[in-house]
Amino acid sequence: MIIIFGLPVIQLLLFGKVINTDIQNSKIAIFDQSHDNTTRKITSKLLSSGYFVLGQEMQPGDDVEDVFRKGQVKMVVTFGPEFEHKLERDGNADVQLLADASDPNTARILTSYASGIISDYVKKEKMQNLQLPNQINTEVRMLYNEGLKSVYMFVPGIMAMILMLISAMMTSISISREKELGTMEVLLASPLKPIQIVLGKVTPYLLLSFINALTIILIGVFFFGVPIKGSFILLMAESFLFILMALSLGILISTIAPNQMVAMFISVLALMLPTILLSGFMFPIENMPLPLRILSHAMPPRWFIVIIKNIMLKGTGIMFVWKETLILMLMTFTFIALSIKNFKIRLE
Amino acid sequence: MTNKIINSGSELPSCGGVGGGSSFSPPVEGAGEAAISVQHISKSYKEVQAVRDISLEVQKGELFGLIGPDGAGKTTLMRILMTLLIPDEGHATMGGFDVVKGYKKIRKIVGYMPGRFSLYQDLTVEENLNFFATVFQTTVAENYDLIHDIYVQIEPFKNRLAGKLSGGMKQKLALSCALIHKPEILVLDEPTTGVDAVSRKEFWEMLKKLQAKGITILVSTPYMDEATLCNRVALMQKGKVLNIDTPRKLVENYTRKLYAIKSKDMHRLILDLRSYEKTDSAYAFGEYLHVTGKNDEVEASEFENFLLKKNHTELQVFDNEPGIEDVFMELMNE
Repeated sequence: MIIIFGLPVIQLLLFGKVINTDIQNSKIAIFDQSHDNTTRKITSKLLSSGYFVLGQEMQPGDDVEDVFRKGQVKMVVTFGPEFEHKLERDGNADVQLLADASDPNTARILTSYASGIISDYVKKEKMQNLQLPNQINTEVRMLYNEGLKSVYMFVPGIMAMILMLISAMMTSISISREKELGTMEVLLASPLKPIQIVLGKVTPYLLLSFINALTIILIGVFFFGVPIKGSFILLMAESFLFILMALSLGILISTIAPNQMVAMFISVLALMLPTILLSGFMFPIENMPLPLRILSHAMPPRWFIVIIKNIMLKGTGIMFVWKETLILMLMTFTFIALSIKNFKIRLE
Repeated sequence: MTNKIINSGSELPSCGGVGGGSSFSPPVEGAGEAAISVQHISKSYKEVQAVRDISLEVQKGELFGLIGPDGAGKTTLMRILMTLLIPDEGHATMGGFDVVKGYKKIRKIVGYMPGRFSLYQDLTVEENLNFFATVFQTTVAENYDLIHDIYVQIEPFKNRLAGKLSGGMKQKLALSCALIHKPEILVLDEPTTGVDAVSRKEFWEMLKKLQAKGITILVSTPYMDEATLCNRVALMQKGKVLNIDTPRKLVENYTRKLYAIKSKDMHRLILDLRSYEKTDSAYAFGEYLHVTGKNDEVEASEFENFLLKKNHTELQVFDNEPGIEDVFMELMNE
C-alpha cells in the first residue's frame, strides 16, 4: 500500500528535483579578442541572464582544453577579433560557443540558451540580417514552457510511467500470482466466468491508479506549479482511458506469463524501459534513429504524454487530441480482444 | 529393487485373510448409474505420458479411491475430470456432462480440492469461506448443515489467516470451501498428504459422513492404508490403472503366500533375503519385512534356516495375511 501510493510521490519529487535539466549559474569562460562595446554588452547580457556566471576571463594563449579539464567551466564563449567592426562592416561576426559535451544534454541546452541570448541581442540592437555561427535552436517546449522548466516535461512523463507501472505491472503480477499459488485452479473449476475473475482482479487497480493519477496532478500543480490550462475533466477522462489501456495490457501479460517472475520480467522489459526511453519523456523522439522512431509509435505512453501536455500546458480541448485519444482507445480494444482470446478457461 | 529370479506361477493358491478393517458397502443408490465415467482417456505433457488409456466408472454415492505413488497420473486424471485439462484421447463424463463440451455445467455441480493448498492465505478462515460461497453464488448459511460438522472444528480459528493454519486445519477449511455449494460430486486430490495421523483419520470419517449424505466422492491418495476405507479403488502406476475392485476383493485375489520376517539387524536381513535364491520379493512394512517365495512351496522354515545360517539373531518368521500394500507391490512387479 505504501509502495503503491508512496511511489508516485517519491518518483515525482525525485525526477522533478534531482534530474533537473534546467541550468542555473553554469560557469562559462569568455575569451574576448576584440574587447569592444558590442562584445561587452553581449557578455553582460549572458551573465545577467541567470543561467551563466563568469568562471574565467580567458587571455590569449590560454589553452581551452585546460579550462575545460579543470571541470568548472561548462562552456567557452569566444568572440573573434574586431567583432563590432566586422559586424557593422560585413554584417557578420564570429562567435564561437565551445561546450563541454561530455554531458551532451547540458551542452545542448547551454549552447542553445547562449546562442538564443546572443541572437536576441543582435536582433534587437543591430537590426541587421546577420549570420551567426550557431543557428538558433528553438525547441518546441520553449514555446509553451517559457521558463524552460523541466518539471513541466516530467509531470506528464511520470504520470504515464506510474500509471503504466501500477496498472499493467500490478495487474499482471496479481493475476499470475493466483496461478502460482494454485488459487486460479479453484477459481477456474468454479462457475465463475473469466470476465468475472479478471474484473475482480482489475477493479481495485483501476481505483488505485486513478487515485495515483490525481495525486500526481495535484503534486504537479501545487508543488511544482504546473498549470492545467485545459479542462480538468477532460484530463481525468484521458487519464482514465490510459489506465484502462494499461490494465488491459496487464491482463494480456498475465495471460501469457505462467508465474509472477515472468510477469514481472515482461512488465519491466516491455513496459517500464520503453516507457522511459521511447515515449519521448526523457529523450526527444526526433533525435532517435528511424527504427526506434517507428517503434515509439507503438508506445502507448507516447500518445498519452502528448495528450496531457496539450491539455495541461497548451489548454487545448478534445478537438486537438482526438487522434491520440483514438489511438489509445484502439490500443485498449486490441489488448482486451487479445486477452479474451488468450485467457484460458482451463489449466495449460 | 527386487531380485526376481524366476517368476514361476503360483500353483497352490492359498487364500489369505482379509486385510484392513473396513467392510465393503455397496453403492448407496442408483446402482448402475455412473456419476463419473472415464473411457480410454490418455493425456501427455510434451514427452511425458501422464495418463494412458484409462477407463473407469464411479457409481453414484460411491467413495472411490485412486491409489498410487507420485507420478501415477492421479492428479492429471482428476484435472481432466475437473474440466481443467483436455484429454488427448478418449472421453469422460461427470454427472452426465461431457468434460470438454459441458464444462460449464460440470463446474457448477462439482466440488474440487486440489492437491496443494489453494485458498487465499492472506484471508481469514471465515473470509475464505464467504468468498467461495459468493463464487458459487450461494451463502454460507444456505448450506451450513452440510459443512457444519467440519466447520465447527475450525470455527475457533475463524479469524485466523488461512496461511497460518496447521496442515490438518487447512484441509478441513479447503474441504468446507469445496462443499459450500452442495456439490453432487466431490473430487479430492491427495487431501491427506502432509497431514498428521489423527487428522487423517478424522478426515476420512468426514468423507464417510459426506458419502452418507449422497455425495459421490473421488479421492486420490498415496497411502495404501487409506485404500481400505474406500468402496472401490483403482490402483494406478505410471499412468495406467493396474486393477479396479473393492479393497476386499483385491486382497482376496492375492494368492501368494506371504511371510513376515523380523530380526535384530533389519538392514542386513533385507539384503540377505534379496540375495536368497528362493526369495521372490522382500519389502519393509513397518517393523517387519514382507517376503514372498519364488513359489508358494517355499516354507517358512526354509527362510528361517537360511537366515540362521547367516547368523541372524532374534529371528521371527511367520505367515502373514496380505494387505492392500502387498497387492499393490505384486501388481507393480508384473
